[in-house]
This record gives sequence, structure tokens and C-alpha cells, in this order.
Amino acid sequence: MIGLVLVAHSADVVRGVAAMVAQAAPGVPVDGAGGLSGGRLGTNGLEVVDALRRVLAASGRDGVLVLLDLGSAAMAVDLALDELDPADRALVRLTEAPFIEGAVLAAVTAAGGAGMDAVAAAAERASAMPKLPRD
Amino acid sequence: MGSDDLARVPSVTVMTVTDAWLRCTARAVHERRLWLTELDAAIGDGDHGINLDRGFTALLEDLEAGAIPTGDAGALLASAGRRLLGLVGGASGALYGRALMTAGTRLTGLTADPRIDRRALVEIALAGAIDGITALGRAVPGDKTMLDALAPALDALRAAAPDSPVRDVMLAMAEAAEAGAAATIPLVARKGRASYLGKRSTGHLDPGAASSAILIRCLAHAVTATDGQPVQPDEASTRP
Repeated sequence: MIGLVLVAHSADVVRGVAAMVAQAAPGVPVDGAGGLSGGRLGTNGLEVVDALRRVLAASGRDGVLVLLDLGSAAMAVDLALDELDPADRALVRLTEAPFIEGAVLAAVTAAGGAGMDAVAAAAERASAMPKLPRD
Repeated sequence: MGSDDLARVPSVTVMTVTDAWLRCTARAVHERRLWLTELDAAIGDGDHGINLDRGFTALLEDLEAGAIPTGDAGALLASAGRRLLGLVGGASGALYGRALMTAGTRLTGLTADPRIDRRALVEIALAGAIDGITALGRAVPGDKTMLDALAPALDALRAAAPDSPVRDVMLAMAEAAEAGAAATIPLVARKGRASYLGKRSTGHLDPGAASSAILIRCLAHAVTATDGQPVQPDEASTRP
């Protein structure tokens, strides 16, 4: 089953979104990296490496979709990918999807046993997902 | 090879320079941490000075505790870069960490080559640092980033006459970094947190360029520290 790694500036944000994912799609491997030591806000590439390895193992090496919040999150993931073996790196995909909505939609799709392409596409559909009631 | 009298004593000297650079940087960043944080509070997230100080101070403790391998200058820089990644965190930790890692990788093995003088080693290390930052941050000079201090420093190093005294070359490099940092004030940020502000980012010195100028000034100091008249680490013209 495809797993998710959440990379954000705040540990609370990562915890909160991981909880939403777990509620919507129990059993989907999800982990993340958020915040710096001492409760500071920021992203740490080395923690992203650990999260990627944990979720990759938990996914049975099916693959990992990475969701990002702002700015340096992408840099932290870039650094983390450099640390992985090429075989592991090939199993990781990044998405531009909105962080919360994308994570939930991706997880629900992954829980149904979908492959990486379908899970990533589900996450990306979140950017066009209507939220307000329509007439 | 120019006038470099240290051309024939490479390894140990380069190690000494690298060690001196880390020490100078840790001290200078600590002294300027509030200033850097104020700069960052204006157009970023206000933690640049505190995060850098935390990282370099911890690095210095590692160095003194022997927790970083110190056999080869390249290996030292590469390990220091890896440590900075986790210690500083955020964009500046990633960028400076990757800068040191790339510089260290480029220097590894070269420092034992007696045909390479210290000016050439500085150029290789600085070019490596810039390549590392560019690959990760995908910025170009003019985007109001660290590169606006680092790129002019490398240009000044390369533009100096081959027979210029090393001290003059190092001073020109440091001053070019400081002038480059000062020149970020009118720029609109196109990378990083400051870019979210758009035109409101003008009128402020970029904190990354400011810290880069401090690092380059320390490099000039470290390279000339064994000379009779080292470049002073605290002449920064960008200091208020």
C-alpha cells in the first residue's frame, strides 16, 4: 500500500494532518517531519530522510507520496532524496497538491489499494476540489 | 601559482585555515545574531541569527570535543555541513549545509596536491559552495539571496591579478561580498520567505546575503591568519 510522508514547518501541523489521514484511511502508512529542535518552526532534511525510510518500509516498498507545505520544505525533501539509495529514491514521488486536502484524498485512494499514479492524481485533484456549497 | 608562499605546505595549512574559519564564523555569527535576526524579522521569519548561532556554536562544540573528523579539510567541511543541516534547520540550514558539503567534497584529496596554492583552494571551495546553494535553492544573483554576496566574492577572487598578494585578494573578496550584500537593499526578493512580500521586500538588507558576507569575511581572515597582517574579521561595512 502506498504511504504518505508529510513535511511541514510545524510539528503540530504534521501531527494534526497525520491524525486526519489516520481517521479517513486507517492502515495507510503515514509519517512526517515538522519543526526544528526546541519547538522552533522549520524543516529538517535529516528528519525527512528518517520519515521516508520508515514509511517506505511500512508501505512494503510500494511507494511513498510526499506532501509539502511552504518554502524550505521542498529543499528539505531535495536534501533527503540525495541521502537515499537510488532504489529507494525511485519509490518516492513529490506532489504539488494542497497539504491537508491532498493528504486526505491521497490516503483514501491508497487505502483502496491504488498504485502511485492514481494516489498522486487523487492528491492533485484536491487543488480543484470545491469546498463551498453550490447552488 | 603567483606569489603564494604557502604553496608547498598544503595539507596542514588548509586544515588550520578550515578550523580557523569555523571558529571565526561561530564567533562572528554569535556577535551578530541579534542583527541578523532583526534583518530576518523585517522580511522573513525572524529566526536567521538565532538558528545560525545555534548551529555554528554547536559545531564549534563538536569540533572541540573531537566529534568531527579532522584529518582532512575536505572531510571536515563535509561533516560540518551535514551537522549544520540538522543543527540550523530551515532553508538557511539546508543551504549552508549543502554549501559546506559540496565545498568539502570538492576539496577532498586536493589539499595534499602541492601544485595547488591557497588562493586556488579558496576558489575551488567557494565555487563548490555556490554550486551547492544554486542546485538546492535554484536562485540566481539578483534574487536577493545569499548568492548576492557569494557570487561577487567569487568574481572578485577570479578577477584579481595572478601576482596580487594573497591578503589583497582576500580583502577584495570580503569587500565584494559586503558590497553585494548591501546591494540587495533595493531588490525585490524572488526566493524564500521574503518573496511572499513582493515589493514590500525592497528597502531591506537580505539576511542571507548579510550572513554570507560574514562567512566570507571570516574566510578572508582565516586564510590570512598566519600572515603578519591578517584581514580583520570585524570590518564588515554592512554592519550598522
